[in-house]
Amino acid sequence: MLIECEDKKDVKLASVREIIRNFIYENFLFNDYTRTLSDQESFLESGIIDSTGVLELVTFIEETFAIKISDDELLPENLDSVGQLDQFIQQKKR
Amino acid sequence: MRWNTTATIEQLTEFICTIVQKTLKKKGVVIGMSGGIDSSVVAALCCRALGSQHVTGLALPEKDSSPESRELAASLAQKLGLDFIVEDLTNGLEGMGAYRRRDDAVKRVIPEYEPGCSFKIVLQSNPLVNQSYHVFYCHVIDKQGNVHEKRLPLQEYLQIVAASNMKQRMRMSMLYYHAEARNYAVAGTANRNEYDLGFFVKYGDGGADFMPICHILKSRIFQLAEELQIPQEIINRTPSTDTYPAHVSQEEFFFRLPFATLDAIWEAAGDGLTAAEIARQLNLHPEQVERVILDICQKHRNTLYLRTEPVRIQVEQIKKTW
Repeated sequence: MLIECEDKKDVKLASVREIIRNFIYENFLFNDYTRTLSDQESFLESGIIDSTGVLELVTFIEETFAIKISDDELLPENLDSVGQLDQFIQQKKR
Repeated sequence: MRWNTTATIEQLTEFICTIVQKTLKKKGVVIGMSGGIDSSVVAALCCRALGSQHVTGLALPEKDSSPESRELAASLAQKLGLDFIVEDLTNGLEGMGAYRRRDDAVKRVIPEYEPGCSFKIVLQSNPLVNQSYHVFYCHVIDKQGNVHEKRLPLQEYLQIVAASNMKQRMRMSMLYYHAEARNYAVAGTANRNEYDLGFFVKYGDGGADFMPICHILKSRIFQLAEELQIPQEIINRTPSTDTYPAHVSQEEFFFRLPFATLDAIWEAAGDGLTAAEIARQLNLHPEQVERVILDICQKHRNTLYLRTEPVRIQVEQIKKTW
């Protein structure tokens, strides 16, 4: 799925995974692109995201993809990796 | 159980005496007494170590505190024979805008909230049930008695915590006033659950000169309290943060499972037992035990910042600029 994504210069089409990955690098990995981040890597187990980070991530997802994440959906099986988030967002957008 | 309560008390008493007199070179100790089990145990240990004439206990209530906290602290102070002072922090906290800043954030989340309403923030996760995030919910009972509960968004969560933490930091400030005025040291009262999992406020209740029980799990603190003859009303009291207008237990607020279960898993895992072995002993499923261990590890890792001293640049790390 490609999403219209606004950055500083222009509007471009980006995949959900790309958008999430960029957000994670910018907000939690301090733009350290030497560190790899696979689609399957668990944010919780690798310590990338803590409880404050989860709230940041949820706010970002809700605003960027115009979806509402309910309390019941706030689970690692939906939000704990780039791949899981992609799948979750695609389901919500259907 | 291999744990010897009497020997532990003797060791702790010796430790307190050595630390206060030899390391810190102070004449006595000041302790914030909340009427809870941890501060009561520390007060009793300090009295044994230094003599009650060298121990000052402070009750530091503010408008959201339970009156029971002060009453229990006062009665223990009397029993131990230590000097006891009450300092109400409400005006100071009002002056710093602690209540206003907190209430503004709560009202943005739950518009029905008005200052004076009962409210608390709680975690809803439970590692015994499933693996979930440590996300806080705001729980308000409005003046008509209706209950409102909502997940806290990031900004409001941060603002409520930052404003509420002013309470612990003001308590610390008052403890140091009384300590410095007497040339005493401040005793911290955090136990291992609080210290290792980050359930304390940096430079608030985490601000002390020494922490005599921060290596001891809560269930062991109960054993120490029995041996030290702490009154049963204090031992039986539900551990609480006592910082929100509504009563919120520590289990509800942060730990999310009974101390007996948490500590049994924690100790057994520390002894090298597998999740399956621990599960058999405690009549749980191995997945439950694994989730609790993961929860302990994550809370420990995520709160490293709280236990980090101010980071200084070492001379060897920088190029000479002179």
